[in-house]
Amino acid sequence: MDMPQKMPVLPIAKKKRRDAWLRNLPLHAMLLPAVALLFVYSYIPLFGNVMAFQRFRPNLGFFRSEWVGLANFRYVFALPGTMQVLWNTFFIAAMKIIAGIVVPVFVALLLNEMRSARCKRIVQTVIYFPYFLSWVVLSGIFIDLLSPSQGIIGRVFAAMGLEPVFFLGDAKIFPYTMVATESWKSFGYGTIVYLAALTGIDPNLYEASDIDGASRWKQTLHITMPGLRPIVLIMTVLALGNVLNAGFDQIFNLYSPQVYSTGDILDTLVYRLGLVDAQYGVATAVGLFKSAISFAMLAISYIVAYKYTDYRVF
Amino acid sequence: MREAAKMRKATAGMRAFAVLNYLFLAGVALTCLLPMVNQLAVSFSSSPAVSAGRVYLWPVDFTLESYEYMAGKPEFFKAFSVSLRRLLLGVPLSMVVSVLAAYPLSRQVHEFKARKYYIWYFIVPMMFYGGLIPSYMVVRNTGLIDSALALALPCSINVFNIILLMNFFRSIPKEMEEAAAIDGAGHVSTLFQIMLPVSAPVLATVTLFFIVNHWNAWFDGLIYMNSPANYPLQTYLQTQVVSQDILSTESLRDIRQIANISDRTGKAAQIFLAAIPVLAVYPFLQKHFTSGIVMGSVKG
Repeated sequence: MDMPQKMPVLPIAKKKRRDAWLRNLPLHAMLLPAVALLFVYSYIPLFGNVMAFQRFRPNLGFFRSEWVGLANFRYVFALPGTMQVLWNTFFIAAMKIIAGIVVPVFVALLLNEMRSARCKRIVQTVIYFPYFLSWVVLSGIFIDLLSPSQGIIGRVFAAMGLEPVFFLGDAKIFPYTMVATESWKSFGYGTIVYLAALTGIDPNLYEASDIDGASRWKQTLHITMPGLRPIVLIMTVLALGNVLNAGFDQIFNLYSPQVYSTGDILDTLVYRLGLVDAQYGVATAVGLFKSAISFAMLAISYIVAYKYTDYRVF
Repeated sequence: MREAAKMRKATAGMRAFAVLNYLFLAGVALTCLLPMVNQLAVSFSSSPAVSAGRVYLWPVDFTLESYEYMAGKPEFFKAFSVSLRRLLLGVPLSMVVSVLAAYPLSRQVHEFKARKYYIWYFIVPMMFYGGLIPSYMVVRNTGLIDSALALALPCSINVFNIILLMNFFRSIPKEMEEAAAIDGAGHVSTLFQIMLPVSAPVLATVTLFFIVNHWNAWFDGLIYMNSPANYPLQTYLQTQVVSQDILSTESLRDIRQIANISDRTGKAAQIFLAAIPVLAVYPFLQKHFTSGIVMGSVKG
């Protein structure tokens, strides 16, 4: 009894499925260019990391170069400066992460206290701007500005009778110069997210506390700060993926041999080993080491953000 | 009585805070503005005034000398035209690829089952960077060294921008699409006739992001172009303004700057000219991007 009833159902279901597939065919076609570009420029390099385990020769390619196991890693970590480079990278990146949260939160809180909407908008427009300039342009400006004898800052120091400071030439100061200039470039842009969170705080809370006679400071402490806490938490967790991103564009354009001891980072090392010295395998090994650690930190941070906040990446 | 005194004190404190706050934020905003103003002033000043340290925020002995010097430099204009060509090639390509990819990714899973595989395909490169040397090898082995495509193609795909577009498409009311579907519209006409006409803000934001990204990119020019004649402007600037200084020590640099004084005004002029396109699009960008960032980076 069942059989004759079921028999005709099957082709209909099949047809439906085929129709759905046909209707969705354009969707696959639309994705094709992006998928192809990602394949060539992201996935092939991803697999190209096998170079890290080869004595890579460009004329032999990924497939025929000699396999050397972990020799590239052993070689590079045995070099006297590598551990220092790793530490420099971590130190600069970690300070940038901290400054990249503290400064924007602080400025966003102050901006939020501005009563005049017009002034607020003007300040925002101005402080977002440096983010959009390239590090080439900004390096040109900073090299000029920070020059001890010629730069404005040097002249101000001299006018106050202070010793000239070699912001870009003194290995002790260089990492802090990097953190300060990076904060200068991106703090404004960083405030966007916090300002959005601040406008999301329920205004009734402020009104209620006004009636209770709470001062502005008390309101900041007990309403605004707790209101910002979730977003600050999320941004902190997500920043963990950057623990080894010390900022290649910036440092490459501002460093010099006399600050290598504190300013050389993994990315600049990869550049010099790979594209200047043509030690492709060794340079790839350093790059892979960095990518792997960044990936692990990013994966952990996403999992943590997923579990403990309602943040969803996609 | 005491209550009133307390109130008055509180308001006085608040007023003082407000004034200090305005002053502080004005100062912060000025630190973002003044370095550019200083460069501009230097570029319009005479070399002796600059080297004597007399130029702060206003040109001293106003002159167009450095711009005239630039006008006599064909390499600068060559690099400018390479950058423009890169924009004309790269930005439309980036936009087409991104919009076409964002639409399918904005579909619900029940409608487009493969979405869940595709989305991972897009997320993985965001999380794991292939690395400088392998990327360089790919461009080299595909024969793109010294070609304009080496600058346009790898840069044309930006997963963050695709996600921005995707989130915007998802926020468009479903009723609009449903009405179109009843009229028999397929995916292609839904995208072009229903979605895109209402997506102007996000399209503007992403276009401007691509313009700024392409304009500001310098490292790809440095590694993918063997011949300096093919350098885009930012790469040219890098070799002219920045990297010379890297090779010299700080003190040597100062000696040289005193010896070759016209250097500084010329550099300032180049820096300013290289920033002009970004200055030009910024007002338009600024109008749209805050909502875009908030939408893309934090969603509930």
